[in-house]
Amino acid sequence: MTETEEASNIAESAGIVETQYYRYNPLPGTFLMENGLSLPFIDVAYETYGVLNPLKDNAILITHAFSGDAHAAGYHENDKKPGWWDNMIGPGKAFDTNRFFIICSNVVGGCQGTTGPCSVNPETGEPYGLSFPLVTIRDMVEVQHSLVLSLGIEKLHSVAGGSMGGMQVLQWMASYPDMVKSAIPIATAAKHSSQQIAFNEVGRQAIMSDPNWNNGQYYHGASPAVGLALARMVGHITYMSDQSMETKFGRKQKSEKNPLKFAANFEIEGYLHYRGTSFVKRFDANAYLYISKAMDLFDLAGDEPLHKVFRGACMKVLVISFKSDWLYPSYQALDIVRACKLAGLATSYVEIDAKYGHDSFLVETEKESQLISHFLNKVE
Amino acid sequence: MLPNEKIEYDTIESLVKENSTVLDLGCGSGELMEILTDKKKARCQGIEIDEEKVYACVRRGLSVFLGDLDSGLEDYEDQTFDYVILNHSLQELKEPDEVLQDAFRVGKKVIVGIPNFAYYRSRALLCFRGVAPHAPSQPQPWYETPNLTVITIKDFLTYIKTKNYKILKEYYFNNSRRIQLWPNIFATRALFVLERR
Repeated sequence: MTETEEASNIAESAGIVETQYYRYNPLPGTFLMENGLSLPFIDVAYETYGVLNPLKDNAILITHAFSGDAHAAGYHENDKKPGWWDNMIGPGKAFDTNRFFIICSNVVGGCQGTTGPCSVNPETGEPYGLSFPLVTIRDMVEVQHSLVLSLGIEKLHSVAGGSMGGMQVLQWMASYPDMVKSAIPIATAAKHSSQQIAFNEVGRQAIMSDPNWNNGQYYHGASPAVGLALARMVGHITYMSDQSMETKFGRKQKSEKNPLKFAANFEIEGYLHYRGTSFVKRFDANAYLYISKAMDLFDLAGDEPLHKVFRGACMKVLVISFKSDWLYPSYQALDIVRACKLAGLATSYVEIDAKYGHDSFLVETEKESQLISHFLNKVE
Repeated sequence: MLPNEKIEYDTIESLVKENSTVLDLGCGSGELMEILTDKKKARCQGIEIDEEKVYACVRRGLSVFLGDLDSGLEDYEDQTFDYVILNHSLQELKEPDEVLQDAFRVGKKVIVGIPNFAYYRSRALLCFRGVAPHAPSQPQPWYETPNLTVITIKDFLTYIKTKNYKILKEYYFNNSRRIQLWPNIFATRALFVLERR
């Protein structure tokens, strides 16, 4: 990329952005995590794009997916890669930073700035590791809620997110219906299916069977990189579709083949290895365990019918799924839609004819952008 | 909006009471729902199979579901809506009878608009020119038409009688004119307000 190209990419984005930190410092005993254990404080990494208006009514909260972070848009100083949803957030984009004040924070239990298992426990001076309490989607939303309030915002124009981000959107709808004017759950589910839990369990087992994992105490030595990379490889397969893999890789092999019997000569093999090893550089294995478990444990309605959870709410809802997404198939979106209908919410639903599987919400964003910007325009 | 639909829209608008709840089956790009929302403060929901048209509804700020009418109504409880509208969508359904039954279950009143393939010019097409009749409101050739059924006013009236539904109001149109005399010959379209007996 030339320097001018870089400059124009930055100009079309939310610009140079910086991660900020908010310390959630509850009074002793007032903030308990869902499982009853408490943390002394939670540091929250977050970013904002656009300007909060004087009425403070133009804020949109973006909730990130499993391996996402607070850096949703724009560029960090000296960074060549923009945030993970830069194609959706920025001036004139779906989440238009000329109009809206966009907030995105890293989830509690994560490893990208917000307190999680790799953070240091102030009481021991050592990383929490497995002494970190189990985290739930509801805990993530509680922390976001306090962050939003700390910014002086009492009502969000919208909450939007895909995959695990969509779960947080649903939790917001249930926990704080009066605080959200609209909600956009994308490629998500109100509870994980057996198949979704199964894939997550393979990932967790890959990590925990790496000898370096050492019961979660690896912060002073070698990390369980092999296990974490393997977990990511499996995950990545589930994020793509048969068609997108076929188009991108087919049966293509490397030009210079490695003569070893089981070398990764197919391009798809090389790609998965690359994805696995690059993931290890930015993600903590324990955080993988905690967050994937939070997704599996998520069950918004439990034994109740889902629509009862939304009773009394009155936000506008836009539910989006993707035709080729076999990890979060459309029937799960339709469950959400049905519940919204029965709860009497003004709801729209589209299954976008996209090819990239679960990752469509991140990469095939043209129609998604159109839908979301039009939807947000009509939220009053 | 097709110009010859305006009279249907005006008629439906005059029929729908303020603050009603409306389900528009085959809502297209949402023109009718927009009118009913703006002028009658109706709370509308639409179902539409065409992805692009669903986008147009979202642009209008309407509630819409991308979906197939033949499988779309089981989620709704009985008598959820004051009106269920099937304006020129009945002839595009695989199971029109089942969808109508469902419409009567979830709606207190059902408004149905149909094309009339027994219009004299359509008859002439088959009779004298030997080509399949198409309704003037839907001029596409047979290989492009969304229609699955050829329906006439007489067919529909017979159906209503057999099924024991009750006609509350009936309107027959040719372009933007109302037709009173021999509608099955002179009308291109018809609109009915129906109720369960």
